[in-house]
Amino acid sequence: MAEAPAAPNMTPLSFHVPEPRFRPGDAVDYADFDRGEAGAVARPDVAALPADMRGHAYSLVRVLDDEGVAHGPWNPRLSPDRLRRMLRDMALTRAFDDRMYRAQRQGKTSFYMKCTGEEATSIAAAHALDRGDMCFPSYRQQGLLIARGWPIGQMMNQIYSNAGDNLKGRQMPIMYSAREAGFFSVSGNLTTQYPQAVGFAMASASRGDTRIAACWCGEGSTAEGDFHSACTFAAVYRAPVILNVINNQWAISSFSGIAGAEATTFAARGIGYGIASLRVDGNDILACYAVLDWAAERARGNHGPTLIEYFTYRAEGHSTSDDPTKYRSAEERGAWPLGDPIVRLKQHLIGLGEWDEERHAAMDKEVAEFIRDEGRKAEAQGTLHDGLSQPFTTMFEDVFEEQPWHLKEQSAQMQAERKAAGI
Amino acid sequence: MSSSPATETRSMNMIQAINSALDVCMDRDPAITVMGEDVGYFGGVFKATEGLQKKYGKGRVFDTPINEGGIIGVAVGMSAYGLRPVPEIQFADYIYPGLDQLVSEAARLRYRSAGEFTAPITVRSPFGGGIFGGQTHSQSPEALFTHVAGIKTVIPSNPYDAKGLLVAAIEDNDPVIFFEPKRIYNGPFDGHYDRPVTPWAKHPQSQVPEGYYRIPLSQAAVVREGEAATMLAYGTMVHVALGVIEASGIDAEVIDLRTLWPVDIETIEASVKKTGRCIVVHEATRTGGFGAELSALVQERCFYHLEAPIERVTGWDTPYPHSLEWAYFPGPVRLTQALKRVIEA
Repeated sequence: MAEAPAAPNMTPLSFHVPEPRFRPGDAVDYADFDRGEAGAVARPDVAALPADMRGHAYSLVRVLDDEGVAHGPWNPRLSPDRLRRMLRDMALTRAFDDRMYRAQRQGKTSFYMKCTGEEATSIAAAHALDRGDMCFPSYRQQGLLIARGWPIGQMMNQIYSNAGDNLKGRQMPIMYSAREAGFFSVSGNLTTQYPQAVGFAMASASRGDTRIAACWCGEGSTAEGDFHSACTFAAVYRAPVILNVINNQWAISSFSGIAGAEATTFAARGIGYGIASLRVDGNDILACYAVLDWAAERARGNHGPTLIEYFTYRAEGHSTSDDPTKYRSAEERGAWPLGDPIVRLKQHLIGLGEWDEERHAAMDKEVAEFIRDEGRKAEAQGTLHDGLSQPFTTMFEDVFEEQPWHLKEQSAQMQAERKAAGI
Repeated sequence: MSSSPATETRSMNMIQAINSALDVCMDRDPAITVMGEDVGYFGGVFKATEGLQKKYGKGRVFDTPINEGGIIGVAVGMSAYGLRPVPEIQFADYIYPGLDQLVSEAARLRYRSAGEFTAPITVRSPFGGGIFGGQTHSQSPEALFTHVAGIKTVIPSNPYDAKGLLVAAIEDNDPVIFFEPKRIYNGPFDGHYDRPVTPWAKHPQSQVPEGYYRIPLSQAAVVREGEAATMLAYGTMVHVALGVIEASGIDAEVIDLRTLWPVDIETIEASVKKTGRCIVVHEATRTGGFGAELSALVQERCFYHLEAPIERVTGWDTPYPHSLEWAYFPGPVRLTQALKRVIEA
């Protein structure tokens, strides 16, 4: 290390480390956040050239205004029935999260991750995509499974690693795999699913199929090399894929600036690759749906990939292992200028005359009871608290298609040693 | 050795045999897809994929960006769709950006999804030194992969095996690392770098059937029977070992592992119990190399049959030096001395 600057007559260099605006105890003020007007952003043709829509990477597609009225060209004009289904899917996801969070606190499982405040991003995708389209989720897309009708009890069994766990207790809670629901095995390594989704889309295109793919990551993990590999391959082969970035402002304790948000938007990452890129109000499910629907139509028409940044807020901690009061202001959640996705859709439906407070309260009660009943059924098959539900020898299965000699030996050794030890 | 009747044979070098394996497999299974840097129109920098794009089209044989992490990641996603990707990593030295996708994804997908998703990917890659490739075109990183649960590692030593093993690797439903010893692409090499290269045409293992056959994985070959000691080798080093035996007149047995992992432990065990002496040979760096695993396995299973300490003859624990290549390479001088030490112990 230099004891003195190499050239004392020149300005010393300075080192910039981004710092969030608000830390614990700080008063929060988002007054200078420019969210734009609902309905103000134009809707390009689905075949638009990426170069002709660069502004969409910096604006914010919004449909619902503060009164819950839908505006502008992105209004998807969904049927009231569809809107009510989306509302229930979001409510169900939130109730599921609450139940499983409590289950973790009660010692019934080791770990849980809520998606509170971000429900619209996944539920919109499940409604905008076809059931056959393949999803490569990150760890906070439980809404996809719930909205696609994957059994809630199956999700709980996985979280409890119990006898009904389709993953045989091998994966940490919430790292679901549901091939039948078009939901790829969740990895704990971040953004690995990005090039995989592009590969699926390339395969589908190369075989003249009609299925498209979608993947999800957080704003923090756009810094991973795999994100950039995926963008390169997606652009080169015009892969029918939707690259979703959930910008919930926080990657554990690192604010979005640590991933580059001070300099640009995450949607703008796509511009350099020549990928159609948009930024959307992630707490406005109509806007999310509309942008996803646009991207899906674009992919199906062989017009190439789309990168979507969902501007939202992680209302809870990163996981049950995290305490966000240690690094961010507790006021942020309440002051968030884009509101809550469930409240906003409820307000919209009420404004349409298609919903009311009584029906909403009844729905909340119904989903809470449904989750409670499913929870009881799942817990009847055991929780992590009850001990191990899987036969020990299953540990050595599925490493390879056929079990090689060394795993047979190790399995036998484990059994012999446990027997000798009297356990 | 083949599991189906032999067809018309012709003399092939390793590249031609590998090309033939890809061709035969692609012809049989439309899911097989070849991808990698320069593998399309050009046919690969070593020409292993020559003619395949013309024959099977760009949907099944295509050039990729220079991004090994992307190549492997995309291959995993293609597997989820139902394809059987055969990516080429241009040099094994370039495989490291793809390690996360291989180790954390491809290798564990079957396990973590309890069989819902698998990664039947065969990663082909030229490896090893002896071509003045310096530290970025000479490495032997096989031990990185033999260490990983869920990956198979295969290394052929001649054209006949290269084709039969590659067919078996491609048909295997688990991810396989298929390292091709590029020093012997064009002819066997006994380690005497100052002598003329012998072409494959003069070697019996260059007679390769034109059609389909496979050599099962996890089956080693006893390429020379002997009583004095057991030499465990793979790839280029098989030929160095045979050359040393011929020159020294020592009656050693040479086992070509062919599949490193899961290794054919029965063949190894039977041989060492017979000879009582064992030398492990590889070009890769020594510490933590695959030879360490072989040495441990032999010690665990054959300890009371051993007459001498197990010797490891390997590359030194340095990066692969360009001008000092032949001082690094575990050639005949070192192997001969190790063989004598083991015999005389």
